[in-house]
Amino acid sequence: MANSHTSGEGVLPAGQMTGGAAPHVHEHHDPNLQHHFYDMDQQLEASTLGMWVFLVTEIMFFGGLFMAYILYRHWYPGDWAAASNHLNVWMGGGNTLVLICSSVTMAWAVRCAQLGKRKGLIVNLIVTILFGTTFLVVKYFEYAEKFEHHLVPGPHFDPALPQQQQLFFSLYFIMTGIHAAHMVVGIGIMLIILAMSWRGKFGPKYYGPVEVSGLYWHFVDIVWIFLFPLLYLLGAHFSAGGAAH
Amino acid sequence: MSKGHTHVITPVSTLFIVFGTLFVLTILTVLAAKQDFGALNTPIALGIAVLKASLVVIYFMAVRYNTPLTKVVVLAGFFWLLIMFGLTMGDYLSRSLLGVPGR
Repeated sequence: MANSHTSGEGVLPAGQMTGGAAPHVHEHHDPNLQHHFYDMDQQLEASTLGMWVFLVTEIMFFGGLFMAYILYRHWYPGDWAAASNHLNVWMGGGNTLVLICSSVTMAWAVRCAQLGKRKGLIVNLIVTILFGTTFLVVKYFEYAEKFEHHLVPGPHFDPALPQQQQLFFSLYFIMTGIHAAHMVVGIGIMLIILAMSWRGKFGPKYYGPVEVSGLYWHFVDIVWIFLFPLLYLLGAHFSAGGAAH
Repeated sequence: MSKGHTHVITPVSTLFIVFGTLFVLTILTVLAAKQDFGALNTPIALGIAVLKASLVVIYFMAVRYNTPLTKVVVLAGFFWLLIMFGLTMGDYLSRSLLGVPGR
């Protein structure tokens, strides 16, 4: 039964150490099962729940920035719509599609791990990493364009533009910058998962690390799903007329 | 040792139907933003974004196959976010209601 490996511990005299010759029954254990879990199912459920608790803290972390966005946009709707029109909808929209592609290959990688398909897992992880890198390369060209057009907040911000637009660009750079930092971390995690997959670490019985890293990857995708319409498309219906409010 | 429940593996067909839907919704949100719906532009954009995020959470993150405890944690996370938005904006939007100094 589940607790067979702990039998006998309760009757040890106080202060006696079990030492190296502990009478644990281990022969049927998966080597990937940590000692503090009863079985692989419990281990997977615990790690999934743990990752979600971390993601909830991430929701609140990005949530504070979205809160600032809501308030300033409420105060300066016209300036924000006009500032939004400086962003490149093609680059932002293209990057949204790139992230969606990376999410489907990530989900597919988890499926391959669950089925024990090592080759499929490795290919999907590599494609996921490539999509993630594509996103960051596009972001690099976008940021470079903003520097060239004097849209970066600070002493070199275009003096012809209203100060309220600096607020928009401050939040644009903080939100997309922190999002990009999460992408860099995600790619690093995926490289580790890729190395572990290469060594054949995962299979139908043990795929928790792939699944849990996938949750993080999908979360970063979700943040962008909200950032794209809120930052890039805010003033799209004004662009024809040129004037906002 | 197993508690008897099997882990459901998401079929490839489901992954690609969700992928196609997300793709179409992304194009739809760009097209919708270019139309002037007045005050409705933002609710439409947010509605599409919430739909897309829900698809990712339910299918790609496989929350629908997860334990009830995980589902509650996920919902609580987003609910807490709404509490923050609601209370903060409730404060800012209601300040002008009082015609007193130091409001």
